[in-house]
Amino acid sequence: MTDNNIQSTDIYALALHHRFQWEEAQNSYVILFPEGMVKLHGGAGEVIKRLDGKASVADVVADLKAAFPDAQDIEKDILGMFDLAVGKAWLRKVN
Amino acid sequence: MTQASLGDSVVQKEVHAQAQNNGVAANITHTQPLWLLAEVTYRCPLHCAFCYNPTDYDKHTQNELSTEQWIQALRDARKMGAIQLGISGGEPLLRDDIEHIVIEAKKLGYYSNLITSGVGLTEKRIQAFKEGGLDHIQLSMHDITEEINNFITNTRTFELKKKVAAMIKNHGYPMVLNVVIHRYNIGHIKEILEMAEALGADYVELANTQYYGWSLVNRSQLMPLKEQIDEAERITNEFRQKVGNKMKVFFVVPDYFGNRPKKCMNGWGEVFMIVTANGDVLPCHSARVLPGIEFPNVREKGLEWAWKDSPAFNKYRGDDWMKEPCRSCPEKANDLGGCRCQAFLLSGDAESADPVCSLSPNHHLIEQAIEESKNPQIQAQPIIFRTDKNSKKYASGESRERVEDFHALP
Repeated sequence: MTDNNIQSTDIYALALHHRFQWEEAQNSYVILFPEGMVKLHGGAGEVIKRLDGKASVADVVADLKAAFPDAQDIEKDILGMFDLAVGKAWLRKVN
Repeated sequence: MTQASLGDSVVQKEVHAQAQNNGVAANITHTQPLWLLAEVTYRCPLHCAFCYNPTDYDKHTQNELSTEQWIQALRDARKMGAIQLGISGGEPLLRDDIEHIVIEAKKLGYYSNLITSGVGLTEKRIQAFKEGGLDHIQLSMHDITEEINNFITNTRTFELKKKVAAMIKNHGYPMVLNVVIHRYNIGHIKEILEMAEALGADYVELANTQYYGWSLVNRSQLMPLKEQIDEAERITNEFRQKVGNKMKVFFVVPDYFGNRPKKCMNGWGEVFMIVTANGDVLPCHSARVLPGIEFPNVREKGLEWAWKDSPAFNKYRGDDWMKEPCRSCPEKANDLGGCRCQAFLLSGDAESADPVCSLSPNHHLIEQAIEESKNPQIQAQPIIFRTDKNSKKYASGESRERVEDFHALP
């Protein structure tokens, strides 16, 4: 369970007016929005990158587990990232 | 536009996520000009009494950078990592090349923001901005009443602003409103917030007047009481609870009524760079008031030299320049001694603690200013509006009215 009640069947996309892009100068992914920016560490960027408005939370978890088979306890981190991003209103729920 | 609209927002909105394991960086890279503010012109159809632009702006209205020079500046800053672009002024829409600048900004990967009074925004232009890739438009609003709007801007713009707000919304832009707060509208905070909600605002910045430029000249006429600010903040918090995540409301606290200074620009030459209408490159909006500093200009050595190597940008980086009581202050990293411009304008010493700090030996200057603003005789002095005529008088030295107490022309 997470604070924002993230369910494995939920589908999220980037919130309106937010932009997600790779920043060479920062060597990281960032989320941009009016008068603000968030720099994301690699793992967090990998989560957001997979949000295409179709993939469910479970799909993202499965995809990341496949991409990073050596990462320990990855599901908890991913749900933590969803929880934070929803709490900060970087994401909107599509379904 | 307002002093607070970009400057303080760097601090406010930089995310310091207390990550457990969620992978959000705790900090943003140091000394990288993430924010580029392009003050493309000082010309403005409005005459706001609180404008932070220099009172002698008239000097810089004849030698504006060309479209090509702006585009080159955008390219150079982007190479250095700039990503948030504010297109501001004056009123940027008085230039007819904003469409070109917007297209170039999009190509370069900026997240771009037009900061406007709304005057000059037509259906045709907003359509071109949308197609060109402008990300958002920040509109200044002044009050819920036509009377106060027209009085404080010295123009009849009330109805126009409402129309422009609707236009921004209709084109699918986020609605970002900036409202400068002062004595004349602080009693209307609740109504202003309700108006913003009715307009469908996504972000509202309630920017309490900070005293630079024209607002310093009009300080005694604009400053509200501490009790009014406390009440405004209470109402804002109540409203935030009511609307939740739907609308983000920022309340920029005025530093005259705090015990500690603001970490001005998030540090001198840390993340913020301004290019002014005439090409001067500044670490903050009002840096040109400081004595003995030659600011770089894009027409000369370019932005990379300005940011990395110019003596001006290195002058107040870090804390080596500090004097006591800042130098040994356990809180120095929180605010870096506050604002150099405010320190110099009020005390005559740019390296002294910002007088708004209660630990500053010059704090009495702030207390005195607050007392003066309550004095009915001083209050009754007329507001000096931001007009070309008034600016010419200040620039030529013909008028010293209300600036004699300051150590530089605000």
